[in-house]
Amino acid sequence: MLYSEKVLDHFANPRNVGEIKDADGIGEVGNAKCGDIMRMYLKIDGDTITDVKFQTFGCGAAIATSSMATEIIKGSKIEDALKLTNKAVVEALDGLPPAKIHCSVLAEQAIKAALANYFEKQGLDPTPLVGEFHTDCEACHGCH
Amino acid sequence: MNKVIYADNAATTPIDPRVLEAMTPYLTEHYGNPSSIYSIGRDAKRAIETAREQVAKAFGAKVQEIYFTGGGSESDNWAIKGSMDLLKAKGKTHIITTNFEHHAVMDTCKFMEKHGFEVTWLPVDEEGYVTAKQVEEAIKEDTGLVTIMYANNEIGTIQPIAEIGEICHQKGILFHTDAVQAVGNIEIDVVKQHIDMLSMSGHKIHAPKGVGVLYVKNGVRLSNLVHGGGQERGRRAGTENVAAIVGLGKAIELITQNIPERIEKVSRLRDYLFAQASKIERSRINGSTKNRLCGNFNMSFEAVEGEALLLMLDLNGICGSSGSACTSGSLDPSHVLLAIGLPHEIAHGSLRLSINEQTTQEDVEKIAEVLPKVVGRLREMSPVWNKLD
Repeated sequence: MLYSEKVLDHFANPRNVGEIKDADGIGEVGNAKCGDIMRMYLKIDGDTITDVKFQTFGCGAAIATSSMATEIIKGSKIEDALKLTNKAVVEALDGLPPAKIHCSVLAEQAIKAALANYFEKQGLDPTPLVGEFHTDCEACHGCH
Repeated sequence: MNKVIYADNAATTPIDPRVLEAMTPYLTEHYGNPSSIYSIGRDAKRAIETAREQVAKAFGAKVQEIYFTGGGSESDNWAIKGSMDLLKAKGKTHIITTNFEHHAVMDTCKFMEKHGFEVTWLPVDEEGYVTAKQVEEAIKEDTGLVTIMYANNEIGTIQPIAEIGEICHQKGILFHTDAVQAVGNIEIDVVKQHIDMLSMSGHKIHAPKGVGVLYVKNGVRLSNLVHGGGQERGRRAGTENVAAIVGLGKAIELITQNIPERIEKVSRLRDYLFAQASKIERSRINGSTKNRLCGNFNMSFEAVEGEALLLMLDLNGICGSSGSACTSGSLDPSHVLLAIGLPHEIAHGSLRLSINEQTTQEDVEKIAEVLPKVVGRLREMSPVWNKLD
């Protein structure tokens, strides 16, 4: 299993780890049986994500993708965060081993889940805004 | 960078300098093909026969019962496929094994199932043992082979091999054991322990990779796995890996010299690790603490994932391994940990350390100091940790 230097850096020094007590949106995906759970916390001001934190139970790639995904969306507009794909996370990390691609999918889904939770709290139906996403193993295309 | 603490000797071991020294002439001046008639060929042939004597002596076997192979996996494949291929003609198509064998045995047995053989997969108990009684009860009219590992590669539990062998011999059934992890850590006597076939690997005992042994008791018939030339008395074709065979011979001679002393020393270090690591809350020792390989440590830490734990230990200069799915590339964690009844989520958070006689008190103290810190760090990051009951 070969991880890129960037993956190892984000694993060893993860950015944005922790909780936001008064978060505006929280999303959790994965399950412990599969060995990966990601929880994302968002602080939102108007149309901007002003702060983001994560907690992850999972392998090195799960922690690194969580870290990278939060770094990408921190300070960005909600509409840009919704466009974040797992592919972009993988590229930003200089690639992931094939067996670990599902971790990047989880990171993308965790952000969508947190934004959906934010819209719900605003009294909005998240489906047309966020689109389809999965919170369980369905999120994980890499799993068989 | 601090010194690396190598605690993954169940995966592989470094070559002993004395082994390398014994091997070197066969990589340089004695390059002859052992099947050749001239002197440099004869030198190589003699060296192989010396190694065969060294291996035979270590197991209480006869020299003509020792066959060199390309490694432990090949030996396992040959023992199972080769024996059942011939037993089939006598109507023996049933194999008995356990549900926590190494993949070399497990996947070979699955292959046999696909080819019309029947396999009974005996469950192990939660301590990691199978009993001779279970074997006896599973024996049927058409049972041809029992294959049960000597000691488990993940949790180190040592099986009642002599008792199982005795049952097999009373019933006239062949008994094979994968002893890859056991060699050098347990006194093995193929006669007293009623073993018909035994697999071992060189690189687990400070010899090089790519060489192994299958002990085949006189009179046990096997069809060939590798066909071709007449090497290994016509039973395993291919020009011999002379230097590696010489290395294996030297390594087994060295490692079987002082087994009781080594068990005493290594167990003490391992038990220190168990005692220290057990102070970590919500941890558990996997497998029994009795009848266990002296260097084997296997524990699970709740709310922590194994691969992340390994990476973080590596950042601290400690090499270990895990039964986590994430290290294997599959979704399921270790079949061994599931076999002893661990739920998936606990099995994902497992750590195996395998120390040996080269491990020092200082090494285990460093591991005992680092382990709680990295477990704690990962738990701080884990959304599961503070939600546990």
